[in-house]
Amino acid sequence: MSQPGQDAKFFQRGKIEEFRAELLAAETKDKKFVKRKTVLKKIVANITMGMDMSPLFPDVVQCLGTPLLEIKKMVYLFLVSYGRSKPDQIHLVIPNFLQDCNDRNPLIRALAIRTMSYIPIPVVTEALSDNLRHALKDRDPYVRKTAAICVAKLYSADPRKAERGGFVELLRDLMLDSNATVVANAVAALSEIGDRQDGVIFKLNLATANKLLAAIPESSEWGQIYILDSLLRYVPERHTDAEMMAERIIVQLQHGNSAVILTTIKALLYLMNYMENRQLIDYICKKMGPPLVTLLSSGPEVQYVALRNILLIIQRRPTVLKNDVRIFFCKYNDPIYIKLAKLEIMYRLARAENAKEVLAELQEYASEVDLDFVRKAVRSIGRLAIKVEAAADDCIQALLDLIETKVTYVVQEAVIVIKDIFRRYPGKYEGIIPNLCENLDALDEPEAKASMVWILGQYANIIDNADELLDDLCYTFLEESTEVQLALLTAVVKLFVYKSKVDKAKELVHKVLKWTTEEADNPDLRDRGFMYWRMLAINPTVAGEIVLSEKPPITTDSDRMDRGALDQLLLHTGTLGSIYHKNPETFIRNAAGKALKDSPALNAHSRAVLIPLARTQLPSMGPIVVAGPGPTEPQAQSSPVAPLPPAKTDVDTSALPTQSSQLISPTQDDVANDQDETEEDDEPPHSTQASKLDPYSNLDNAFGGYLADEPRPMASRQHDDDDDLLF
Amino acid sequence: MISVSSFYISLLLFLIYLQAFFIFNQKGEVLISRLYRTDFKRSIADVFRIQVVSNSDVRSPIITLGSTSFFHVRVNNLYVVAVTKTNANAALVFEFCYRFINICKSYFGKMDEESIKNNFVVVYELVDEINDFGYPQNSEIDTLKTYITTESVVSATQAPEVSSRITAQATGATSWRRSGDDVKYKKNEAFVDVVEVVNWMGSAKGTTLRADVDGHIQMRAYLSGTPECKFGLNDKLVIDRGAVGTSGPSSGLADRGGGDAVELDDCQFHQCVRLNDFDADRSISFIPPDGEFELMRYRATSNIKLPLKVIPTVTEIGTTKVSYDITLKTTFSAKLSATNVVVRIPTPLNTTDVDVGILGTGKAKYVPAENVIVWKIARLQGGQECSLSAMAQLTSTTTRQVWARPPIDVDFQVLMFTASGLIVRFLKVFEKSNYHSIKWVRYLTKANGGYQVRDSLIKDVHMCIDRIAHFS
Repeated sequence: MSQPGQDAKFFQRGKIEEFRAELLAAETKDKKFVKRKTVLKKIVANITMGMDMSPLFPDVVQCLGTPLLEIKKMVYLFLVSYGRSKPDQIHLVIPNFLQDCNDRNPLIRALAIRTMSYIPIPVVTEALSDNLRHALKDRDPYVRKTAAICVAKLYSADPRKAERGGFVELLRDLMLDSNATVVANAVAALSEIGDRQDGVIFKLNLATANKLLAAIPESSEWGQIYILDSLLRYVPERHTDAEMMAERIIVQLQHGNSAVILTTIKALLYLMNYMENRQLIDYICKKMGPPLVTLLSSGPEVQYVALRNILLIIQRRPTVLKNDVRIFFCKYNDPIYIKLAKLEIMYRLARAENAKEVLAELQEYASEVDLDFVRKAVRSIGRLAIKVEAAADDCIQALLDLIETKVTYVVQEAVIVIKDIFRRYPGKYEGIIPNLCENLDALDEPEAKASMVWILGQYANIIDNADELLDDLCYTFLEESTEVQLALLTAVVKLFVYKSKVDKAKELVHKVLKWTTEEADNPDLRDRGFMYWRMLAINPTVAGEIVLSEKPPITTDSDRMDRGALDQLLLHTGTLGSIYHKNPETFIRNAAGKALKDSPALNAHSRAVLIPLARTQLPSMGPIVVAGPGPTEPQAQSSPVAPLPPAKTDVDTSALPTQSSQLISPTQDDVANDQDETEEDDEPPHSTQASKLDPYSNLDNAFGGYLADEPRPMASRQHDDDDDLLF
Repeated sequence: MISVSSFYISLLLFLIYLQAFFIFNQKGEVLISRLYRTDFKRSIADVFRIQVVSNSDVRSPIITLGSTSFFHVRVNNLYVVAVTKTNANAALVFEFCYRFINICKSYFGKMDEESIKNNFVVVYELVDEINDFGYPQNSEIDTLKTYITTESVVSATQAPEVSSRITAQATGATSWRRSGDDVKYKKNEAFVDVVEVVNWMGSAKGTTLRADVDGHIQMRAYLSGTPECKFGLNDKLVIDRGAVGTSGPSSGLADRGGGDAVELDDCQFHQCVRLNDFDADRSISFIPPDGEFELMRYRATSNIKLPLKVIPTVTEIGTTKVSYDITLKTTFSAKLSATNVVVRIPTPLNTTDVDVGILGTGKAKYVPAENVIVWKIARLQGGQECSLSAMAQLTSTTTRQVWARPPIDVDFQVLMFTASGLIVRFLKVFEKSNYHSIKWVRYLTKANGGYQVRDSLIKDVHMCIDRIAHFS
């Protein structure tokens, strides 16, 4: 603009007394208030640098008399920073606030209430209340839209007071405002209030939801997001309601803002649960694919958000991106977090038709530099072999080539996946065991070692020197990790069952059993040792049958998160929860959980797998329902949520998808095949036990226990004191 | 005082959506800090400094510690950071950070430590205006500039009517444009730039692994009043519809539109474009912001015309030499030319020296610091072909460094060429005063780090080196 700023010089630490003196000096002979402006800039710069400028409170406040907007804004900034810590002095500025609240200039009126509402102490909120009530009905939309957010601020400072003051009803009225920006901000404020555990419940009925939709074309992009987001508070009662609403919002998929796109997708995915029209559902799925792919041309941060969400979406709605695996091939200069996320999607989209291409890519990645990426690529090759039978031969060859490189971490990853491949295709690839045995010394990580030990034990009958190899491995038995110790124990028992005549096997099993029962500290290890020992002592033949009983083959059939958990997680599309693939209430204190709501329109399958939401820390009284005029919500008011079970005693069933899979296992087999998946919304679920035996029965296990790169929140502290290590 | 490489400036911003917002400098100092919520203290900035600024291996743009999440975007030597304790809408947070960066660039010409420090008071005003309590608000640059300026405003002198106009615009249906009478030009002109970035990944055998175009249409509108614009492309869906009447795209044969219609995989539009119209008949109609803006973005993956062919032959000679023969061929007409062509050919890490020879145009040299041969060609005419041959000498020492075998990369620009085949068919401007307007269209296709060929032969050489490395 006209003159470029030259204010960098103000970033110098100054002393309180100096500033005070300068302010005092500025009271006289201050042409155009230049002096005051300069001091204030110094003070703001010092606040930014982390200096405590609060002792200057009375001095700075003096500057409010200056008719310069720039000075007023700086003083207000000062007040926002320190107002809360000066409850005894804040009364000095109340008259100025009140004057500004009644200024003829709408920008000043808005500035005044905005600033006041940032200072949540009683003196200020008291003064604010009346003015805010007026501001909510101000003739200027800019003031109203600012006032709407002020209500949210007031509510967060003192919920009961805001309710008593009737502000929630006033907000509801604003949802019918003629100005779209005001509507959007009112929705945002109500949503925040509704998400509080002690907040007023915020639901939408059809009429209100439709009114909100009408405001979308005139809203700013951010406003569109608030409105689209609020659609999840509307529960369709009829299929057609959901269908019409989806048709109205689908155009937003063409918006240039990625958050608008993802929020639209969230709303569409939600509404689809209440739809019946198969054709429309297919059409919507087809429409969602291209915008999702386009997000991959945005900045890397948005790409990352998109990729993590795509991974969830394609599990629930595979038709969205069925034939697009190439788009997810990694570029050499992609940031690592993008590469890792793409890898998982590539694996998900791999099928017989594209397996060759995918494998070629994975082989390429296996020679890159980043350790996590390489390991995950190697593991994906193995997973591909298990998933796509037609590609198994090529994958095995690729793994053998990788083992040839002798790069230790590559070899270890390969061994881990090959163990699973043996279980998937019994009797087919055991010929490569000698290649594995050559690399025994390279294995130094527990998981790889345990896998190799398992192979040695399981196939001890066809490995001539299995006894020697296991004997070697047992030298360090007592120093091994429990995982490896358990594997060794089982392996030597198997060896003994196969070769009970061989002295060495006898000797070895005796030695290991003795260690586990007498020297091991780990109770599991000891118990298992005793168990084997008794079994072998009582009836070796039966023991053999038990130990070598036929194992269920590994499949990737239900290699997805279960449907109910997915439905729930997709209600958080685009948010942090969708990045971590966790429901927010499991990792954010006081976060609101979400669950699909039952209604006559909810499709049968979604209902069957529905995971109800347990609100964990409800106030002991019932939900607070505010009566009053405005776009009222008959259902919400007449039927308060049923009394909830006592909060603490209940295990939070909605907490972890992985845990809850036990509760809702009957959903597994209809996701039987990734390839010809048609979403069977309408068929009732039928039960199967297979998935329980499958170690890959949900998403988190798709890559075995290997989670080094899994994005996740870092461990929060257990004790519940006022948040974490941060302060 | 602190190693420069690992420290960056950042800006943190807090909302419920984002709850706080900051900027740091190269030493990890906070340049701007705005806490929108009281549940944060300023010391939160230290946590970010430790977790991200001084961490050399940051593996995600989002970090969650306990219930607190940090989102960051890097720009030049700055971090723009948003912090929240809620299940924030991650896409919204990042879009907001991008927008903030664009606003700063527009206000101060650039976004770096110097410009932020020099204008920190305005930055605070902006941060307060475009975000309230964590909720992004109007962030249209044209509107913001009407009431947040770097000049001093005396509040008493600002007429309430002026303010009302501003507020009406900031909350109105066309918040991106000042009201009709405020915009006047002597000469009404509109410039349209179609810019395509072509991405290509070729295999060593010459096959295409993937090819796609990320296009965007940049418009500079210098049009008076409130102009209503209609914009037409050779979009296959529109052309087909026109050809078969109203019977819809499904009934027309796919090839009917012939060679000159393009199939767009997806398009996304600026806020100003009426999406309902586009949905109804794929027409693009809008009232443009004043000045420069991105009208639309699109993506195409079918029938991509690759302007340059790259044919690499890499041969390993014994264990101490690698020879490279790289040929570039243009595929476009002789009237056009590719400019600023830069080919980067990676060499093994244990390269000691490279002899380079060129057939045709350009200059090439080996850059030991980056282990690449850089071949620059200022201009390559359509129909031309040129090649490079080089011989790299390798030391036989074992190296512990793992080499990732980067692909050969080509950057270039071709004016008046679109890899997707997209053409602007018309731009019509209607305004109530019915003035005459002049429109200009330019096309540019460029490759920008995404035009690459993999080479497997190099890889084989390198497998051996890795093996040696891991044995030693």
